Amino acid sequence: MRQVAVVAAGKTAFGAFPDRDLRSLAVEAGRKCLENGRARPGQIEAFYLGNFAGPSFTGQNHLAPYISTALGMKGIPATRFEAACASSGAAFFHAVSAVMAGLYDTVMVLGVEKMTSQSTARVTEILAAAGEVSGEIAAGSTFPSLFGMIARRHMFEFGTTREDLAAVAVKNHENGALNPEAHMRKVISVEQALNARMIAEPLGLYDCSLISDGAAAVIVTTVERAGEFTEKPVRVLGIAQASDYLALDQKDDITTFPAVRAAAQKAYDAAGVGPRDVEFAEIHDCFTIAEVIATEDLGFCGRGEGGRFASAGSTRRSGEKPVNASGGLKSKGHPVGATGVAQICDVVQQIRCEAGERQLARHSIGLAQNLGGSGATCVVSILGAL
Amino acid sequence: MRGIVYTETVVHAAPAAFAEEAPYQVAIVQLEDGTKTTARIAGERVKIGDGVVRAGSAFRKES
Repeated sequence: MRQVAVVAAGKTAFGAFPDRDLRSLAVEAGRKCLENGRARPGQIEAFYLGNFAGPSFTGQNHLAPYISTALGMKGIPATRFEAACASSGAAFFHAVSAVMAGLYDTVMVLGVEKMTSQSTARVTEILAAAGEVSGEIAAGSTFPSLFGMIARRHMFEFGTTREDLAAVAVKNHENGALNPEAHMRKVISVEQALNARMIAEPLGLYDCSLISDGAAAVIVTTVERAGEFTEKPVRVLGIAQASDYLALDQKDDITTFPAVRAAAQKAYDAAGVGPRDVEFAEIHDCFTIAEVIATEDLGFCGRGEGGRFASAGSTRRSGEKPVNASGGLKSKGHPVGATGVAQICDVVQQIRCEAGERQLARHSIGLAQNLGGSGATCVVSILGAL
Repeated sequence: MRGIVYTETVVHAAPAAFAEEAPYQVAIVQLEDGTKTTARIAGERVKIGDGVVRAGSAFRKES
């Protein structure tokens, strides 16, 4: 297998942009990415698009060539990957795999979602289709409620508290307030998080990530060719994707995500590193409880200890294992199809030492964890300085 | 059919189709055969460990 590097990254700000359509967001991210890698569209041999629900949100389907041609990439394979909120993580995994295998040298991976043109009730409905529509969703479950049920069980089994969850929200907002591209640059207090209106008990407004518009792109090539694009290539040390049941009620235990554990184990093995070697991470905090459980499943802390790990400050920028220095999905925003690649952009930015006020002291090995649905898809990527 | 509440939530922000019914309770119920199912809870609110019985498409707290 060939060694692969990320050599360019570009993204839009995340937020609610009523004047922008899906394609204009994607094109902005794609152009910034090409510029970042001093690349011409003609150097890109394949286009991998991550998008969850463009057809439902915007009415437009057949999105990959719709975007690649607008970026001036003509004639190349252009394909859309859908894996709920892990859509662009999955696109990244398949793009890296193709370059590793020698199918192409240089490819672009782009994630995009345009969500805010729909009402919150309609967005809730579109997102719910990432769960099992004929079962849990027909019974009235929403995505917040699936994670609400996960949180309740985690609290019951391990004594996790709403204060532990609030610690995650407060920390991610504190980080996001420093991120000029974040959707909600607002510091919040523990009291604000605890007293916010309920969305799906025990999760309140600040336990939930945002409904956002945005796009992110990266260029991946071989380590040998990386110098053609950048002086600061970032190596893909290990990457893996894993899957599980869609429906929560099919799982033996909902307080852990087997797909996260499986993807993490494979990615660690491929990279030849362990959880202790990872210096920082971008974790899929679609809900605060998801970050808590991911810190356990990734091996950053023990089973059931994720809540206390967050409350103790271990995941703050000054902590032993900084998580979501970008602000995470919670504050940075969560345009679902863009999130996986945006996480890669954020890890790349830290490794390149370009994160401004959010720059971490230790930044040579970073991990990105992208989760789809309530755990049916997970992609774990471990990146390091070349 | 009866079971035990494995976990539960109360949905406040409902999808468009169920907006008029919110807030409502949804639970994962562990059935006697060991399988689990997701269902609406009718009537009194339940918590983890409570016994529930089937009531139409929903479950209801065991009296």
